[in-house]
Amino acid sequence: MTLSILLVVSAALFCIGLLAALSRRHAIFILIGIEMMLAAANLNFIAFWRFGPQPQQPTGVMVAIFAIAIAAAEAAVGLALVIAVYRHYRTTNVDELDQLKG
Amino acid sequence: MNPWIVSNIWLVPAVPFAASLSILFLRNSRRTGAAALAIIGQVVSLALSILAFLLTLQTPGYRAFHNFTWFTFGEHAVRIGWVLDPLAAAMLLMITLVGLCIFIFSIGYMAEDKSFTRFFAYLSFFSAAMLGVVIANSLLLLFVCWELVGLASYLLIGFWIDKPSAAAAAKKAFITTRIGDLGFFLGILWLYGGSGTLLFYDDGRGCLENAGLLALSASATFVALLIFFGSVGKSGQFPLHVWLPDAMEGPTPVSALIHAATMVAAGVFLVARVYPLFSLGAINGVTPSLTVVVWIGVITGLMAAFIALAQSDMKRILAYSTVSQLGLMMVSLGVGGVAAGIMHLLAHGFFKALLFLGSGSVIHGCHHEQDIRKMGGLRRLMPVTFVTYAVGMMTLSGVPLFFSGAWTKEEILHVTAHWPGSHVPHYLMMAGVVLTALYMTRQMIYVFFGNRRVASEQAHESPSVMTRPLIVLAFCTIILSVVLTPAWPWLHDYLSGATPQFDFARLIQPMLFVSFALVAAGIGLGLLMYRNVGSQDRHRTADTDPLEQAQPALFRFLENKMWLDELYAHTVIAFSAFAARVSDWMDRYVWDGFVRGVGRVGQLFGIFTANVDERGINAGVDESVTGTRGLGRLMSMAHSGQVQTYLGAIAIGMLALLLFYAWLA
Repeated sequence: MTLSILLVVSAALFCIGLLAALSRRHAIFILIGIEMMLAAANLNFIAFWRFGPQPQQPTGVMVAIFAIAIAAAEAAVGLALVIAVYRHYRTTNVDELDQLKG
Repeated sequence: MNPWIVSNIWLVPAVPFAASLSILFLRNSRRTGAAALAIIGQVVSLALSILAFLLTLQTPGYRAFHNFTWFTFGEHAVRIGWVLDPLAAAMLLMITLVGLCIFIFSIGYMAEDKSFTRFFAYLSFFSAAMLGVVIANSLLLLFVCWELVGLASYLLIGFWIDKPSAAAAAKKAFITTRIGDLGFFLGILWLYGGSGTLLFYDDGRGCLENAGLLALSASATFVALLIFFGSVGKSGQFPLHVWLPDAMEGPTPVSALIHAATMVAAGVFLVARVYPLFSLGAINGVTPSLTVVVWIGVITGLMAAFIALAQSDMKRILAYSTVSQLGLMMVSLGVGGVAAGIMHLLAHGFFKALLFLGSGSVIHGCHHEQDIRKMGGLRRLMPVTFVTYAVGMMTLSGVPLFFSGAWTKEEILHVTAHWPGSHVPHYLMMAGVVLTALYMTRQMIYVFFGNRRVASEQAHESPSVMTRPLIVLAFCTIILSVVLTPAWPWLHDYLSGATPQFDFARLIQPMLFVSFALVAAGIGLGLLMYRNVGSQDRHRTADTDPLEQAQPALFRFLENKMWLDELYAHTVIAFSAFAARVSDWMDRYVWDGFVRGVGRVGQLFGIFTANVDERGINAGVDESVTGTRGLGRLMSMAHSGQVQTYLGAIAIGMLALLLFYAWLA
């Protein structure tokens, strides 16, 4: 188990998340993609902490826990938005939600 | 110090002028007021003139003047003033007295005219202007009054403005005299340039005194001739006499005023006033300018006398007789008989006013008929007019002994006989005397003798307001001869500044018999020629004139005034009409074309700039606007509203940053 493997896994996870966020049309899948990218970031924090110079102090874990908490809040807001959007537009297809078009 | 009247002699013209102004402000219906004002003005003038005249009697050759500065410009001061000498005093007396008679006569003559007040305003103005000419001691002041006389004559000749012939006559009089005035004005300028002063008398510095004459020297001839040109216009001398007969279109009192006391007298008076300019450098009493004066006078005198012979308008005959008499005065002045000329002018003022007012009375009585061929037999119908007219006629003809005109004419013949220049004027003037007697006899026979014709059927004697002035004037005409006889040549010596002496022996001299013979010849010839006129049919106009029967061509030549009007119409007037047409053409096409061309150039420039604006500048602005809009459209395309597109852009940006840092490391 080395740092490199962990970083590759993390990068892969980020890329999958990004791909999902960019390519899926359903708002909930986009949220899922975003969660996956956050998870990749958290994985990086943990990995750099575990193989860093001071693995005794739980700094990386602290950041990851904060990030997960924030992600949870963000997911709650995101899902609430999706519901509000759905109620308003009767759709969750982001391609159709282009009211901000200039 | 000057007596009161000398420094205040300006009151003589000022009073009638003030009267004229106040009459103008009167309403049209205030007839009595208007006439009263005019006559009071004239009476006051007459009284002042008598005062002035009495002053000049004190010393022979009395002369006093009062000069003052009118205004200054730069270093030059324009000085004017008035002068009182025998010449001015005698003229003042004649003008105011004759004027007064004419004013009173006008009350009767113009009684039915609707512009009665205006008429009296103009008459007073005319009289004032003429009095101004007489007292002026400065050529400038004289010229101003001279022009006022011209204006007044224009107003009065054209008094009946609704009559086209009167309007035309007024215009003709004004323009013709203006031609003369142009010469006069040039003369004034030359005189001022030469002598530096326009004052006549100024304690030795005036232009008629030694200093002024010395400064002028040789150019005096030209100055004198130019001034004489003004006289030619005003006094109706050949070739500018054409306005005078036409001036008969005005009311008869106006004709009397113009032809007796004022207007025409101004020209002769002017020559007499500036006589030193004419006689400067005289050799044996002859100078070039005086010679011109003589010959113009001779031509005028004879020509007008001939024309008068063939006229049928009562006033026109008198008009030509005036022209002829003025010619005689000019001859007298030209040959050196200044006093004789002025004496004739004064006497003429009285008897010609008498004749004109007499003719006015006849015309009034014949209901404004002026053709002598339609009159006849008025002797019994208008006795007062007849007697006074006969006095005037005999004075004009020069019947000796009792009539003033005879003595003055004889005096003129006397001075012409002694002119060293030539004897021709003398003989021609003798012929003129015969002609004068002839045409006056003709007129008398036509008007007063024989059977009544068309116009005299209903004739009546004029009211006393018209006949009284006639009587006064006839009386003056006769009484004046007392001071004119060679036995006691009082007026002559008064004018020339000598002391008169009584010498009965001088009364009878050869020239008296000569002039007696001439007048007798003229009247006799007239009686012979026109003896049958009176017996012609009473209900028609008279048959053809005896002269016309004998010499039809000559008669027509004279009747048409020697075709001088036609000659002028075909030369001077045609030329000026042509010049006017050329100017009109130049204005219309050349100058207008030029202006229009400039306008066209401007227009073309406008079209050019419009095109530049439209095609160049506008297009550029349009292009840049399109570009901006395209750019905006391009930019707005990025704003798709697609949240995933934005996200993708962020991702690409992050990737780019990443690669950039990787490259830096």
